[in-house]
Amino acid sequence: MLRFTVGALAVLGLIAALPLAVHNEYWFFAGYVVLQYIVLATAWNILGGYAGYVNFGTGAFFAVGAYTAVALYKAFALPLGLQILAGAAASGLLGFGVGMLTLRLRGIFFSIATIAVAIVLETVVLNWQYVGGAKGLPILRPAETPFFGNYTVWLFFVMALIALVAVGSARYVETSWIGRGLRAIRDNEGAAECSGVPTLKLKLGAATLSGALMGAAGAPYAQYLSFIEPTSSFSLNHAVNALAMPIIGGMGHWIGPVIGAVLLGTLQQVVTVTVSSEVNVLVVGVMLVVFVVAAPEGILGLVKRWKKASSK
Amino acid sequence: MPQVAHPAFLVMGAYATYVLAGFGVDPLLAGLLLMPVFFVFGLGVYQFYYSTFEGRGSDQGLRGIAFFFGVAFIVQVGLILVFGVDQQLVDASYIGSSVEFGEMRVPERMLVAFGVALALTAALSLYLSRTFTGRAIKAVAQDEGALRLMGANPVRIKRWAFGIATATCALAGALLIIVGPVDPNLDRLYIGRTFCVVVLAGLGSMSGTLVAGLILGVTESIVLSTAGTSWAPAVAFGILLVVLGVRPAGLFGR
Repeated sequence: MLRFTVGALAVLGLIAALPLAVHNEYWFFAGYVVLQYIVLATAWNILGGYAGYVNFGTGAFFAVGAYTAVALYKAFALPLGLQILAGAAASGLLGFGVGMLTLRLRGIFFSIATIAVAIVLETVVLNWQYVGGAKGLPILRPAETPFFGNYTVWLFFVMALIALVAVGSARYVETSWIGRGLRAIRDNEGAAECSGVPTLKLKLGAATLSGALMGAAGAPYAQYLSFIEPTSSFSLNHAVNALAMPIIGGMGHWIGPVIGAVLLGTLQQVVTVTVSSEVNVLVVGVMLVVFVVAAPEGILGLVKRWKKASSK
Repeated sequence: MPQVAHPAFLVMGAYATYVLAGFGVDPLLAGLLLMPVFFVFGLGVYQFYYSTFEGRGSDQGLRGIAFFFGVAFIVQVGLILVFGVDQQLVDASYIGSSVEFGEMRVPERMLVAFGVALALTAALSLYLSRTFTGRAIKAVAQDEGALRLMGANPVRIKRWAFGIATATCALAGALLIIVGPVDPNLDRLYIGRTFCVVVLAGLGSMSGTLVAGLILGVTESIVLSTAGTSWAPAVAFGILLVVLGVRPAGLFGR
């Protein structure tokens, strides 16, 4: 734990020092997206990778975080920190609700139900005029930037902080008894329940934490774009990415989603800039299928196999 | 089986019909012609799925879902890349004209689609209840082990069922494009509609799907005309959520 904390602080320090070395704002603009995907992928992995419940509704959690932040910002001009906390709380609540669904639904039915939640919420937001409805709502960033003198760099730093919290909580969940319980649920829920694992409590906890982290990732979204609009906030791309990244990186270990997010996130930024954004989405789909078929344990699994083969 | 790519195959069927119709083939005939092609395609997809996931046995649930989800996504983006996001239409003699029943005017294309859909459902339902393979398909959903003891190969039965389901997509896709314009993003809407109908009916209930389809269709039209078009997509998913939360067995499930 100590080693992880020291490592995390070192990473944060490095990121804080980054603006001294990098002056082009674009790198922070692009890096923000990669960091955001680290949060989404890590959050997805807590419920999907550890407990085996496939959530297709990442977009809903993300957008609920984003829209909670926007509504509060518009109404009370809440500062960014409180926006993020409120977004996380709202999405955590939604996560709790989705966790209740696991009472009755398993496997594909749970996944379809999460898509249903996403579409129903998207329709509600489309008709919610206060936050712009289908037209969207332009957001004026605060005039003052607390640190770094540049708002994009500041948001990049905030997202890095959220990412560290996300990875830290995922790591805690994984290495503690909670992770063991969740893995037991994934492998055989009935047997886990019979052996005294508090399955419902664990599932609700995992779903709430996962949702809250996704909401935190979504909260600064409107500030980042200076604009918010339902279609891109609820986009299926969030769901596909959040699902593909842990699978490609490796779902068993907390570093897996991070590897997947950095790799796929960076690749997507490059493809979007050099080719087109449709091809970029296709890349994710194809990589997801290829990995699921050819390397079910993801990159971590490949590394493990390679290590085993070279030690023989 | 976690077949979430089914609606994507449906939209693919609609686009295949569109391509054939471009050569002057009647869309209905195109749908029928495409059925064997889709059948073989379905067999292939299942065979691939089986040999990579079910055959290996380990943790197939999550990865199976991810696999079909990825396939659906590739189909959708592929269609966008090839045909663009614009809506596509077909033309035939019965599209555009309408039949009068006293006061009411019913577009002929709706009648054609309705008739064919009804015939297809009836044929499938007869097939599932009367033939040996059909009954085996119903049995494999209930108890694979027992089916194996009766001397039928569950893998072959499932592959056959998958083929038939995919072939149905070809004709259903043709009907879809006969009824109205089609665009690649329809697939997401039809995930909701497909699962809504199936779950509302109760898994495996053929006659239930007719009733459930009717309920969904009527509800969607009512919402469409009272609350406005922007609320319509939520109907199927809303019903689905309620049914899943309250009675996962559906109306006619056991």
